[in-house]
Amino acid sequence: MPDLLVRDSAPMPSLVDNAATLNQRLSSSRGVFERVRSISGASELSSGDLAIVEEVLLRSDVGVTTTNAVLEELKTNGAPDGVTGALREILLNSLGADRSLATTADVDRVPVWLFVGVNGVGKTTTIGKLAKRHLDAGRTVLLAAGDTFRAAAADQLELWATRTGADIVRANEGADPGSVVHDAIGRAFARHVDIVLADTAGRRANSTNLLDELSKVRRVADRSPGQVVETLLVLDATTGQNALSQAREFLAASGVTGIVLTKLDGTARGGIVIAIERDLGIPVKFVGIGEGVDDLIVFEPVDFVDSLLGA
Amino acid sequence: MFDALSDRLERLSSSLRSRGRLSDADLDEALGDVRSALLEADVELGVVNAFLAAVRERVSGDVLTQSLTPGQQVIKAVHEQLIEVLGATPLKVTYAAKPPTVVLLAGLQGAGKTTAAAKLAAWFKQQGRQPYLIAADLQRPAAVEQLRVLAQSIGVDVFSEPSSPIDVAKKGLKEATRLGRDVVIIDTAGRLAIDKALMDEVRAIAKATSPDYTFLVIDAVTGQDAVHTARSFHDALELSGLIVTKLDYDARGGAVLSARGVVGRPVVFASTGEKISDFDLFYPERMASRILGMGDVLSLIEQAERTMDADVVAESAGRMMSGTFTLDDFMAQLGQVRKMGSLGGIMKLMPGVTKEMRNAASNVNEDDLNRTEAIVRSMTPKERRDPSILDGSRRTRIAKGSATSVSAVNQLLKQFSEMRKMMRQMGSGANPAMPQGMGRMAQLAARGAQRGEQLPPGFEALGAGMASAVATPRTGGGKNKKKKGGRVTPPKQR
Repeated sequence: MPDLLVRDSAPMPSLVDNAATLNQRLSSSRGVFERVRSISGASELSSGDLAIVEEVLLRSDVGVTTTNAVLEELKTNGAPDGVTGALREILLNSLGADRSLATTADVDRVPVWLFVGVNGVGKTTTIGKLAKRHLDAGRTVLLAAGDTFRAAAADQLELWATRTGADIVRANEGADPGSVVHDAIGRAFARHVDIVLADTAGRRANSTNLLDELSKVRRVADRSPGQVVETLLVLDATTGQNALSQAREFLAASGVTGIVLTKLDGTARGGIVIAIERDLGIPVKFVGIGEGVDDLIVFEPVDFVDSLLGA
Repeated sequence: MFDALSDRLERLSSSLRSRGRLSDADLDEALGDVRSALLEADVELGVVNAFLAAVRERVSGDVLTQSLTPGQQVIKAVHEQLIEVLGATPLKVTYAAKPPTVVLLAGLQGAGKTTAAAKLAAWFKQQGRQPYLIAADLQRPAAVEQLRVLAQSIGVDVFSEPSSPIDVAKKGLKEATRLGRDVVIIDTAGRLAIDKALMDEVRAIAKATSPDYTFLVIDAVTGQDAVHTARSFHDALELSGLIVTKLDYDARGGAVLSARGVVGRPVVFASTGEKISDFDLFYPERMASRILGMGDVLSLIEQAERTMDADVVAESAGRMMSGTFTLDDFMAQLGQVRKMGSLGGIMKLMPGVTKEMRNAASNVNEDDLNRTEAIVRSMTPKERRDPSILDGSRRTRIAKGSATSVSAVNQLLKQFSEMRKMMRQMGSGANPAMPQGMGRMAQLAARGAQRGEQLPPGFEALGAGMASAVATPRTGGGKNKKKKGGRVTPPKQR
């Protein structure tokens, strides 16, 4: 048995240039990825055509079940205007959920955005970038350092606060995350802060205890004068099929209202969000495309699908 | 997933039983299911295809073994291949003749490098070494602070300064030498494989410190992208191996196979939790079962292979036919069945088990089995050989000894004698195709079990065991005559 299973695997069926960032991909006016485009426009799809589509979807982490469902739809609908167009339409239909963002709460309540997710997906960084975004939009922002578990997580958030000019409430490591969030909301209310962005510790989605703890943090944050208006699941674009179970568990534990898909500036395509939106109806709201403070953009289904297909 | 898969594999097995070798068609079907399983586990498509091609080459044309169905045999081969690939060229950590031994960690953002660095330091400390940590991640805010906090908890020193990652690494290494530390672990910033500037930087760190070991830290939940990451880091750094993190998540971890498959370097360490101690050497067997996601099937295959002692079964079967089947034989059979664990589970595995039989088996209650066993065990050897001597006082004694009632003893004996009668009829039925006769018996038994307490618990499962044992005489033991038409048992080729 050779050590190397694959010496030269086929290039990612996609882009003209693998090293293109999403920005570059999005600004690229080049046509759709060669192999999909080369499929003829006949409404009868050949098994070869379907195999190419399957490969594109699987390699984008869309997942076996969703890929098969999409292939079934393709077979049923046919592709009178070419496979790329038909596939694009199916994928866009899968991304039809409401993507609006709530930034205001009821009278006399402070709107809270709660950030949840597994370890290492970029929750703290995302909060830093969103703080900048809110500040740019003229809102005052207070950060709640609710990750009291990971070493130096609060320090990391504090650096973001300094960098963006947001206010921050933090406690010592090991403190109760609920009490940090509670204090933050109290302070925000007293100072008439426009929005609170609350960090939480990264946690795996298959631990009841950790999810219960998160439910509690959410309850605390939603108690008057606080009001959770968005619960954003931060998801790493390199994640594979486990993202679906992450979304399911965090939805159940904390009522996720949207997804922030991070690290999309690499070669990963994040296709699993299609499965998540199809199965659970959770829309992607933001996309992280770099480490800079401005590298967070609003999710646009058309751009995403085109980048998935290599346009 | 598991249910669907095992059902499909079973369908496969029933349609293929009569043939002696694994054909390409069998393989196509079985490997199609395995392909889905691997893709669901996040193994990269190209790696899946290459892996399955290797499996195909390995098993194509193999003779069928008697204890497994073709579907199971393919799964077993896939599993073995997985272990082989994951465990090939293991890396044993040795120490540089001229200390310190330098270990460099690299990887994407959020893979868990900083935590892994601390855990690795704790591991080296446990090995009796004096590790030293260098925090060269100056990119992520507070990364150095994070490493300091973690290191403090395990009593290891950290070197860092706000200069450049390369300077930090160089100075840290000098400092470690001055302090006489024998292992140095360098934590670097997370970087994307396509970020040329940062990849050049980590290459420069490697050049400046000439690490003895360079590990890529990779997240077990990674999807298809694992191959790009692994290959790019390998191209830049010549990896010695991989450290896989977040194995406490419920991901199947196919990324491990993808990364392993494209860089050809072993997975050395595995991180299984948030605590410092949740870190150990990597075990390919565990990972192989996990990726395949068929833990239950695999353990049953293993059990069936290990515990189905065909000699014992065949001998009893012979006696069964000649009508001299005793309660001792029954106990031996029962023991065989029990050794294999839950009846329902094992029935699923047995070649030739029909749905009716499986239903019957799943109706069997472990408590009933225990009671039956207790009653038989409360008999003397003589009584077991010849139940006809059991009079009222003996029955009372047995009932007491087994903590049951006389009526329970009576019921068992009545059922046993009916069963024996039935067997004798079948044995003398001059039926040339005994396996079918046995199958019928098993079906009768199954129906009996469904009707109520017609047969003692365990008998119906026994029928199934017999069916396979008689069909596949391994040694020709007992008075059992070899029959034509059963599955042959040619020697295993490999």
